[in-house]
Amino acid sequence: MDLYEYQGRDVFEKHGLPVLAGGVAETPDEARAIAERLGRVVVKAQVKVGGRGKAGGIKLAETPDEAFEKAGQILGMDIKGHTVGKVMLAETADIAEEYYFSYLLDRANRTFLCIASVAGGMDIEQVAAETPQRVAKVAIDAIKGVDRAKAQEIVQLAQFPAGVADQVADIAVRLWDAFVAEDATLVEVNPLAKIADGRVLCLDAKVTLDDNAGFRHVDHEALEDKSAVDPLEQAAKAKDLNYVKLDGEVGIIGNGAGLVMSTLDVVAYAGTRFGGVKPANFLDIGGGASAEVMANGLEIVLSDPSVKSVFVNVFGGITACDAVANGIINAFALLESRGETVTKPLVVRLDGNNAEAGRAILDGANNPLVERVDTMDGAAMRAAELAAGM
Amino acid sequence: MAIWLTKDSKLIVQGMTGSEGSKHTRRMLAAGTNVVGGVNPRKAGTSVEFDGASVPVFGTVADAMARTGADVSVIFVPPAFTRAAVVEAIDAGIGLAVVITEGVPVHDTAAFWAHAVATGNRTRIIGPNCPGIASPGASNAGIIPADIAGSGRIGLVSKSGTLTYQMMYELRDIGFSTAVGIGGDPIIGTTHIAALAAFQDDPETEAIVMIGEIGGDAEERAAEFIRANVTKPVVGYIAGFTAPPGKTMGHAGAIISGSSGTAEAKKVALEAAGVKVGKTPSETARLMREVMG
Repeated sequence: MDLYEYQGRDVFEKHGLPVLAGGVAETPDEARAIAERLGRVVVKAQVKVGGRGKAGGIKLAETPDEAFEKAGQILGMDIKGHTVGKVMLAETADIAEEYYFSYLLDRANRTFLCIASVAGGMDIEQVAAETPQRVAKVAIDAIKGVDRAKAQEIVQLAQFPAGVADQVADIAVRLWDAFVAEDATLVEVNPLAKIADGRVLCLDAKVTLDDNAGFRHVDHEALEDKSAVDPLEQAAKAKDLNYVKLDGEVGIIGNGAGLVMSTLDVVAYAGTRFGGVKPANFLDIGGGASAEVMANGLEIVLSDPSVKSVFVNVFGGITACDAVANGIINAFALLESRGETVTKPLVVRLDGNNAEAGRAILDGANNPLVERVDTMDGAAMRAAELAAGM
Repeated sequence: MAIWLTKDSKLIVQGMTGSEGSKHTRRMLAAGTNVVGGVNPRKAGTSVEFDGASVPVFGTVADAMARTGADVSVIFVPPAFTRAAVVEAIDAGIGLAVVITEGVPVHDTAAFWAHAVATGNRTRIIGPNCPGIASPGASNAGIIPADIAGSGRIGLVSKSGTLTYQMMYELRDIGFSTAVGIGGDPIIGTTHIAALAAFQDDPETEAIVMIGEIGGDAEERAAEFIRANVTKPVVGYIAGFTAPPGKTMGHAGAIISGSSGTAEAKKVALEAAGVKVGKTPSETARLMREVMG
């Protein structure tokens, strides 16, 4: 889960990192109230995408009235497809130097990495591409972590000026502690700034938390922005389904993330032959495709108004295909009992464990809406054709 | 021969008495796997009956190894206990630890991997969040259904569980020396590269099918490895060509990987290394038939 800057700032503050006072507002009035408390402020769009400064999502406000006005301009703005629903107001700082500092997962080396540079700010990507020697990358041992000595090594390798070395080392240790304590996969400070009075402060906070670690962080659930989630995705999540809304017409239900991803590809390829129809969603119902799970999945997919046909693609591994076929048939009954009438056609492909028995069950049910096609490619083609013809 | 898991492998199951652990222990035994024990400190000294086979439960991995000569552990414990279970297996010096558990925090995986490295890499770790490893007709460590395909000349390595099953099904008439599901988590113990190297050295494996997914740059690194080290034919499949770009955040990811992680980038890298890449699982199977003559 990616956090908003204001949430990241709170996480930093909780772990003793130097941040500026700030607050978050959803309306211009709230922005004014915060500015009355803080004085001169920066008004910053809260979006989970980079480049907001260049897009006009960061503005200075000298007075509370100006904070009201600037918040009004920024709220509702579209930044790279993200609508701004919140602004953060923060004290201003007189920046002397901008640095970059982050900890993140290093997949290739199966450990963590510190990236630090004295050339921070908006153009860090360009710096990394053009003058890689100005960006220090230091591997961090997952067990030993970052102690004072490791922090000093990072400071030295990144060539931080002597005047800020102790402060940066202190921040390096605290930031590592926050990274571990919160089960983050990324903590990024850009800029890490030296301000006019000589203090080094974290002026931005990008934090990504590991969803797998939710079981040991009960407080993390509250950080989730439910308003930003698609309503169908929210409904799916409430039923423990792994669903992602896409913008096509062919509803997809399958078992296993890899197979479902592959199904999206095959449907998109087939769609090019039928007016460009595309997959409407990603839905992985997991290994055990019971009638209830199938009904829940069908309910979500069918309630998407853009869905014209549904492709159920199941490879029977642990769960046998006859159980899956019964699940599909019973799902229709279950949906009827919930007062929902299914009118969209289903193309079902069953392969693997007990495929013959599963296919026989589908044939025996004789449901005019259910069509059986026994290969993945053929079924994708048929589902695309049905979606295009509707 | 197969790689890493043979008919001589002796397996223990950490978490055998849990619901997933017992369900799959039963299936592993039915597939002819030599499961010699389970590990659960609270149930040490008892045994579990599986369709006529009585499997003893030991208190620790070390004890189970000492008493049975086990050399493989399959781990089904819940995510909160996975780190401790893998560290215990490493400390006991087991040769292969297959971590099936899904949902392990990445800090925990990084920690047990660091522990494995610090203690000299004596234990090969497969997973976490993987279907395991199967050498059809010989042994099955994990949850790959044993009846999809028999033994044969293809080696398979895959990030995805169900695509492993799908590909084994497509090529069931040729059969597999070993199929390894390495898992799709950000940090995994055994990579595509390790499996490719082992298949290259395995006399029973004639050709290799490699299945990847979007994200990271493991497939690009595997392509480099294939170019330099693999002389056997390799056919590839990447899932996620039409997946919408994921939300990336901050600059850190792009700085480190230097790769976009897209399916197209992976396909280009693999093809440049001489790997034939299918657009769909069935096309990939066709390509495999072609290269095998």
